[in-house]
Amino acid sequence: MLETKQAVKDVSRRGQRYWWLRGEEEGPRPFHFSFTWFVACFLKLTTMAKSCMPLSELATSNTHGEDSPYFAGWKAYDEEPYDAAENPSGVIQMGLAENQVSFDLLEEYLEQHPEATGWGCGISGFRENALFQDYHGLRAFRQAMATFMEKIRGERAKFDPERIVLTAGATAANELLTFILADPGDCVLIPAPYYPGFDRDLRWRTGANIIPVHCNSSNGFQITTQNLEAAFAEAVAMGFRVRGVLITNPSNPLGTTISRPVLEEILVFAARNDIHLISDEIYSGSVFSPDEFVSMAEIVEERGYKDCERVHVVYSLSKDLGLPGFRVGAIYSYNDRVVTTARKMSSFTLVSSQTQKMLASMLSDRVFVENYLETNRKRLKERHDYIVEGLKDAGIECLRGNAGLFCWMNLAPLLKETTREGELELWKLILQEVKLNITPGSSCHCSEAGWFRVCFANMSQRTLEVALRRMRNFTEKMMMIKEN
Amino acid sequence: MRLIVPLQAVAQGRGGLVLGSLIPCALFYFLQFYLRRHRPSSSSSPPPSSSDSNLSELTSMHRSFSRNLLSTRGSAGPSCISSRGAALARGDDNPYYVGLKRCAEDPYDASSNPDGFVQLGLAENRLSLDLIRDWLVSNWKDSLLSEEQELSVRGLATYQPHDGLMELKMAVSEFMGHIMQGSISFNPSQLVLTAGATPAVEILSFCLADAGNAFLVPSPYYPGWDRDIKWRTGIELIPVPCRSTNNFNISIPALERAFNQSKKRGVKVRAVIVSNPNNPVGNLIDQETLIGLLDFVTEKNIHLISDEIFAGSTYGNDQFVSVAEILDVENFDKSRVHIIYGLSKDLSIPGFRIGVIYSHNENVLAASSKLARFSSISAPTQRLLVSMLSDARFISEYLAINRERLQNMQALFVDGLKELGIKCASSSGGLYCWADMSKLIGSYSEKGELQLWDRLLNVAKVNATPGSTCHCIEPGWFRCCFSTLEKSDIPLVMERIRTVIQSN
Repeated sequence: MLETKQAVKDVSRRGQRYWWLRGEEEGPRPFHFSFTWFVACFLKLTTMAKSCMPLSELATSNTHGEDSPYFAGWKAYDEEPYDAAENPSGVIQMGLAENQVSFDLLEEYLEQHPEATGWGCGISGFRENALFQDYHGLRAFRQAMATFMEKIRGERAKFDPERIVLTAGATAANELLTFILADPGDCVLIPAPYYPGFDRDLRWRTGANIIPVHCNSSNGFQITTQNLEAAFAEAVAMGFRVRGVLITNPSNPLGTTISRPVLEEILVFAARNDIHLISDEIYSGSVFSPDEFVSMAEIVEERGYKDCERVHVVYSLSKDLGLPGFRVGAIYSYNDRVVTTARKMSSFTLVSSQTQKMLASMLSDRVFVENYLETNRKRLKERHDYIVEGLKDAGIECLRGNAGLFCWMNLAPLLKETTREGELELWKLILQEVKLNITPGSSCHCSEAGWFRVCFANMSQRTLEVALRRMRNFTEKMMMIKEN
Repeated sequence: MRLIVPLQAVAQGRGGLVLGSLIPCALFYFLQFYLRRHRPSSSSSPPPSSSDSNLSELTSMHRSFSRNLLSTRGSAGPSCISSRGAALARGDDNPYYVGLKRCAEDPYDASSNPDGFVQLGLAENRLSLDLIRDWLVSNWKDSLLSEEQELSVRGLATYQPHDGLMELKMAVSEFMGHIMQGSISFNPSQLVLTAGATPAVEILSFCLADAGNAFLVPSPYYPGWDRDIKWRTGIELIPVPCRSTNNFNISIPALERAFNQSKKRGVKVRAVIVSNPNNPVGNLIDQETLIGLLDFVTEKNIHLISDEIFAGSTYGNDQFVSVAEILDVENFDKSRVHIIYGLSKDLSIPGFRIGVIYSHNENVLAASSKLARFSSISAPTQRLLVSMLSDARFISEYLAINRERLQNMQALFVDGLKELGIKCASSSGGLYCWADMSKLIGSYSEKGELQLWDRLLNVAKVNATPGSTCHCIEPGWFRCCFSTLEKSDIPLVMERIRTVIQSN
């Protein structure tokens, strides 16, 4: 022992460190063993960490907002969808705002107008179409969109095709506008309850925030200047810079149109605070009585285009025409810089030229458009009245709605406790036992517990009957339990 | 007087705590800040010539974008837009886009507009559109009808999966396998479909890196990446110059140097992005270099993005090798390699918007398929393509004929340029050639190159893409796309170029 200690001392300081090079007679000491073991473990851990490929924050974060019950309900439906013949006890999808009531009209049109879909005649048209990737979009299609949007508003507002920027769906349109109008860390005010998808679409990649403008049932969830001011103050107190207010008119999930005086108030509020105003009018063609809808475009025109450079309208064919799969959305802006920038940015989300061509002829056909809008509105109204009546029979009250593919019903009497937790408990119960997928108000950031959105246009009449029957049985059961 | 005294003390090194350390620190901080704001965006080796950059627009876009958090937040007028928006709302001086615009306004047509602009700046393949059109004329109806021969809008119209129909994914993965000449098979569930390769690249970038991170990219590279990768993501692109002496092949030592330099600057490199076949040069990455790249990214623990959008547009003698083939054979970590593809080039249908992200990394696939909602492919287009791609006979015929036509056109065009004394880099793929016009430019600099570009555009009315927009460090190279021309147009184009050269 003494000998080896002497040997260690003879080697230089540097040499002493490299004991493993000195030869076997030195050998590792017990201390070195545990040290080696520790080093080995450390190395193993770091290589393990190294082999997990690092991804961006965005890819690994939860800001995609898809953890809410809104999406969980869809998953449950996907796993066990209702089918009248094959799976009569499956989940009925009432959480998806899709319009399937007027497909036959579209099919009829396409059958009568084969040139819309094919290239049977006008061969030379094909080449241009296949190569066309200009972010301005096909002129004929933009013109057709403008005409269609004017028709929906009963010609009370004019739309200039040069101000239309096409995007692959309204989802992309809303995200694009947020990229253009807000920097990361800024915020947008949105009257609540609002469409749950906004949490994802407006925030995920853009880094922007949403501050809800809480509306309540005392005045039918209408937006008031007071609510807007309160939300603005809250945003400022939290250190956010407010860049805009986004309204959905007709409202999702309420199913109501915003009245003219309220629209004017909102525009005045935006102008006073020097922020933008985005009006998402995706359900504008789904208003049961067309006179009841007032577009922000009308307000802008009536005011002689004063403050118009802050107004932007978002539209899409997904709801009114029932064509969400086609991915056709549009931004209409009165602000030249926004139009130019949006156009360039739409490179990331262009509409297929084939689809543009197909729809250009369809939307320019005045006879078809008039007939379609009228029939579609009538059918939606019938469905709406049917479901409201059916829910009433089940003892459920709905907010008085006049538009959209859904209604806003009040299940507060059925809650064990009038809290968010109580609401989610009821939602889970309805999903798992009644096998109905409806959207809880908390996913829509509603400040009052107990409200639910139920969609009626994405199923056949028969299925709707089944759903209402299930609901009736459920409420009867719940009432009995409560009485006891 | 009061200002000079403390500075004097600092300069003499006897300022005490405040003057001796605080003020120098503050000055140092402001100097760093100033330098960072005005740092040139190019990488390791300085360009061989000094030039007043016509790309100031691009670099300022890059700067303001990566510094958007520091930019002034005050609004100059009513409803200002974000810094991202403002950067792009300014007019675009980039020759790449200016040329495209001019051509679009006054395009050449042999019969109706013989004096119009000839478009050599757009990598579009018009050589085989007739084949696609013929197929469509006989088959479009079937592609939209359901099995019962009914025009079922229901199947087309309703919400579809955001990242594409499974049938289309299967058809596309088979097509990709076919393109790579059957050497590998692609798994359809590892595909995410998007509306074009443009969003595919952006979505992948969003998944792999955060704002402020960087990608290494061998230059010259496709000018569109400056928009697709940098704009909304905040990711920096660090060009790693390739040299003509090496036929612009990728050099791993150069990548190594660029990586180390970025590390010194405190910039985190997250991936290397390459295009194969290369855009704009047209050369293929050989097996050895691919393995070298994979070794490099493994060692640095970063990703590799291989944009193989021109994989089906190869001609010449070299064999195209996809990075997927190497992964199959060698034992590399597959989760770090991602392939971008699209049908705009190989199938000549850029308008229909079909792009692909192919990855083995489950997290990347999960995130990309969610992000694909912002760029989904239109359903009728998906249906049409399922039919078209499933027609195996048509596809093999098309690919064979298309390759032949590309080869012929490339040969004619390159020969035409040779007669004018312009040599091209050796290339085996793409819809363009990489022409060396360095002997024809006034001063051997970016300025000289842009002067020639300007004369070609405004005098000869020929739009070619100058190498500086592709971040090529050697002035005088131009990308000329020949696939937008007819054979009969070539003599005219050469004549126009000759007049500009001769008037030089």
